[in-house]
Amino acid sequence: MWLASGCGSTSSRDTVLRFWAMGREGEVVAELLPEFERAHPGIRVKVQQLPWTAAHEKLLTAFAGDATPDLCQLGNTWIPELVALNALLPLDRHAADSSIVRADDYFAGIWDTNRVDGQLYGVPWYVDTRLVFYRRDLLRQAGFSAPPRSWPEWERMLAAVRTHGHPDRYPILLPLNEFEPLLALALQQDEPLLREGGRWGNFEAPGFRRALTFYLEMFRRGWAPAVANAAISNVWNEFGRGRFVFYVSGPWNIGELQRRLPTELHDVWTTAPLPGPDGPGASIAGGSSLVVFRTSRHPAAAWRLIEFLSQPAVQRRFHALTGDLPPRRATWTDPALAADLHARAFRDQLERVKPAPKVPEWERIATEMRLVAERAARGDLSVDQAVRELDARADRILEKRRWLLARRSAG
Amino acid sequence: MRIAGAAWCFVTPALLVIGVFFFLPVVAALALSLTDFDIYALADLRNLRVVGLRNYLQLLQTPLFWQAFANTLYFVIVGVPLSITASLGAALLLHSRLARFPAFFRTALFAPVVTTLVAVAVIWRYLFNPRYGLLNYALGGLGLSPIDWLGDPRWAMPAIIVFAIWKNFGYNMIIFLAGLQSIPEPLYEAARIDGASTWRQFRHVTLPMLAPIVSLVNVLTIAGYFQLFAEPYVMTQGGPLQSTVSVLYFMYEEGFKWWNLGSASAVAFVLFLVIFGVTVVQLRLARWEHAA
Repeated sequence: MWLASGCGSTSSRDTVLRFWAMGREGEVVAELLPEFERAHPGIRVKVQQLPWTAAHEKLLTAFAGDATPDLCQLGNTWIPELVALNALLPLDRHAADSSIVRADDYFAGIWDTNRVDGQLYGVPWYVDTRLVFYRRDLLRQAGFSAPPRSWPEWERMLAAVRTHGHPDRYPILLPLNEFEPLLALALQQDEPLLREGGRWGNFEAPGFRRALTFYLEMFRRGWAPAVANAAISNVWNEFGRGRFVFYVSGPWNIGELQRRLPTELHDVWTTAPLPGPDGPGASIAGGSSLVVFRTSRHPAAAWRLIEFLSQPAVQRRFHALTGDLPPRRATWTDPALAADLHARAFRDQLERVKPAPKVPEWERIATEMRLVAERAARGDLSVDQAVRELDARADRILEKRRWLLARRSAG
Repeated sequence: MRIAGAAWCFVTPALLVIGVFFFLPVVAALALSLTDFDIYALADLRNLRVVGLRNYLQLLQTPLFWQAFANTLYFVIVGVPLSITASLGAALLLHSRLARFPAFFRTALFAPVVTTLVAVAVIWRYLFNPRYGLLNYALGGLGLSPIDWLGDPRWAMPAIIVFAIWKNFGYNMIIFLAGLQSIPEPLYEAARIDGASTWRQFRHVTLPMLAPIVSLVNVLTIAGYFQLFAEPYVMTQGGPLQSTVSVLYFMYEEGFKWWNLGSASAVAFVLFLVIFGVTVVQLRLARWEHAA
């Protein structure tokens, strides 16, 4: 009865950690855990897998019902929201004392997404950012041997592909159902997207205008088709057929393209860092973090699991299982990763990633940004009208936040 | 007295259930719609503001709400007559003495109703595909240019309507079929002896005899079509350009995506009032017609 035999039976004195993980990560993390449980007798981990589409709802209802787990995988843009709910445990002390989780080894932009109002609430688990996938062969046909580094270079290439290429071929695909490509361009600017501590929208500022103008130019000049992803039934096949040359997307497409394209097409495409207004530009600091809930009765054990999953050796295995890109430089020295041609551009890009505004309302504002940009891309709005409309919508969404901040500073 | 007491005993359990599971939530939702309940209020109830009718007023000033309302009206006004015509047409065909294998066709035509919406939506997305879809293939055969069904804001709603009609018409068809079968044969016999053509038999025997059923089907279908949600949810996520956002889809996003439960409740009540109003008008019309 008292013997924890190591093959799944649980003694009543064991600490049981409830760990929620999402999507593919939730499936494979279980393969890493036996090693953790062997190293920490007395701690058992129960993983619950959530589908991404239901995760946000599930987290909020769990919070409302006092049923949050001990620790959880969390998309890093959701951290500010859960901090506003006061649901997460600050991890500064744990991180400061840790010999494994070392802040300076993490990519700065990614680490920063986990800090809200100066406190640390999560440890990056894997990263996600957007950059350029492109067809080397088709770009060479248009007369260029290297990918673009700046916006003017990029524009020249897009124009050349348009004139030299097949009329059915679009130089670039920017799906209108994603806000990320525009957000990445906007984060390359110096001005923040929200001003005065996230009280007001800042879309009328010159920086966002510049990004939006560049983005809309691609549609106006017929370089990008004004379509959503759904209209292209199979993005990978179409990329393989050469229907478009550039595609702004994320790391998961390395694996998808390798899996879905025939072998003879494996060398014709690769990735490149996102061009900026004048030289290599920034992109989005996305990805997932590991967080501990305040209600957890085993915060120390939860932290130990976070440390385990943050070890470079474990992250390498995790990368091999999922293809997710690791958030710390020490993991990237792995020969297999360092030799991966397609991942190399991501390694480079990760040194230049910036977090989206850290307010709970951001995801909604980003959605409005996508909707307004879609209308502008279809020619219904000018740049001026679009930025004004965006500020109006953002200000309306942020009304409650302004009220709360005003009350807090008055009280 | 004792009879009344006994009656109360029988009714009380049902009343309790209705009270707890229907009436109470409705009242709670009404109260919620007068507040600005959101994630901040979820964190701390002191962040909750009672805002009176502001949710409603703001709703009326939200362009997307009006667009959702217009989209829903479009869906109802075009979809309901087409759907009922399709149901009635299918029922007449099945009822016809010329029909072969009526049992087989009855099952086949009813099948879409019992299939899983998400599963058939996948198939329909292929049918609607602008490059490889069967629909555009057929259009090409007729010499027409292809249509980007789900990607073009002008065509997305018609595509949703076609899909919804296909999915739902079998249900009303069964009701109509039952109605047709209950029309006494001697009426048709008498009409034929009087020399009535098939069309006049339909116009002066079938339709009047079906009138109560038509009005029932009307009420049910309109109330159902106003609650359009699942079709755009799985096919278009409200896009392109929000041309397929319905009122219910708008409410879902307000409530469960953005967690603005206050304004989501307000949307629910507005939709309730609209459906209620339309139903009352319909019932009035039906009664007036009956009296006339």
